Amino acid sequence: MSFAQLVFYGFAGIAVLAAVMMITVRNPVKAALWLVLTFVSAAGVWLMAQAEFLGLVLILVYVGAVLVLFLFVVMMLDINLAEMKEGFAQYLPIGIIVSLVVFGLIYLVVGPEHFGLDKTGLPPVHGEDYSNTKAIAVPLYTQHAYAFVLAAVLLLVGIVAAIALTLRRRAPSEALYQDIDAQVRVCAEDRLTMVKMAPEVEPDRVEQGEAEEKRS
Amino acid sequence: MIMLSDYLLFAAVLFVISMAGIFLNRKNLVLILMCIELMLLAVNTNLVAFSHYLNDVQGQIFVFFILTVAAAEAAIGLAILVLVFRHRRQIRVDDLDELKG
Repeated sequence: MSFAQLVFYGFAGIAVLAAVMMITVRNPVKAALWLVLTFVSAAGVWLMAQAEFLGLVLILVYVGAVLVLFLFVVMMLDINLAEMKEGFAQYLPIGIIVSLVVFGLIYLVVGPEHFGLDKTGLPPVHGEDYSNTKAIAVPLYTQHAYAFVLAAVLLLVGIVAAIALTLRRRAPSEALYQDIDAQVRVCAEDRLTMVKMAPEVEPDRVEQGEAEEKRS
Repeated sequence: MIMLSDYLLFAAVLFVISMAGIFLNRKNLVLILMCIELMLLAVNTNLVAFSHYLNDVQGQIFVFFILTVAAAEAAIGLAILVLVFRHRRQIRVDDLDELKG
């Protein structure tokens, strides 16, 4: 077994174990953390497939943003853990059976018989100056420019939808809202009064005056 | 050398595990969303592997777009989840059967 294979099977094994832990663990917070481990190991597998850019994007964007969002939401909600695992044992046998059947079917199609090295040949080896990021970027900005812009619009729609869904409009009296109109309309004359004072203060009243200043 | 079928079977195992996860955790909306994320990861692994072995970068561009869509989907899904929780104080999937078409 070569070193590359060792690394590949290591990452794949960790990913599969973490995925199994994710679906069986009781606590949704722990499930989210196992999912993080799955994604990081899967990013390692992608790096083995020489998809360096996507592997790093998976860690940065997916683990860094999406899964942390999951963690936030799971921690915010007060979920009844015992209730959530109801029916776990009931569905365990059918889950295992269906999984094995589906895996068997997929294995028949994509197993080593059809996609082994003798069928696909060795993957191409790129030179030192090959940049995966550049190889993705050039067609992305030329051939797929419209799709790229559409993806940006989709993200914008996602932001707007998420905010519009979760925005809570409460009565102004009950919440401490900023009244931006009033804040903008404020001018110095309304708040600040200039007081004319005598330039000199008697020595015995100096301390009193200082104490008053501190209080104000 | 790592075979293409290794990648594909790894993706298949992840896909099957996430499918079993939907079976097992069918009360829990959060777990179902997480399992969908894992399924998308498995499919993306397929695309990355084929892109590597066919020496065609288009597969990786496709993965890029899928990641975008998945991120938007996760955000909106979690927003709906928060709404459901606010209304009902729990997130049992069985209770969400009022929307009959």
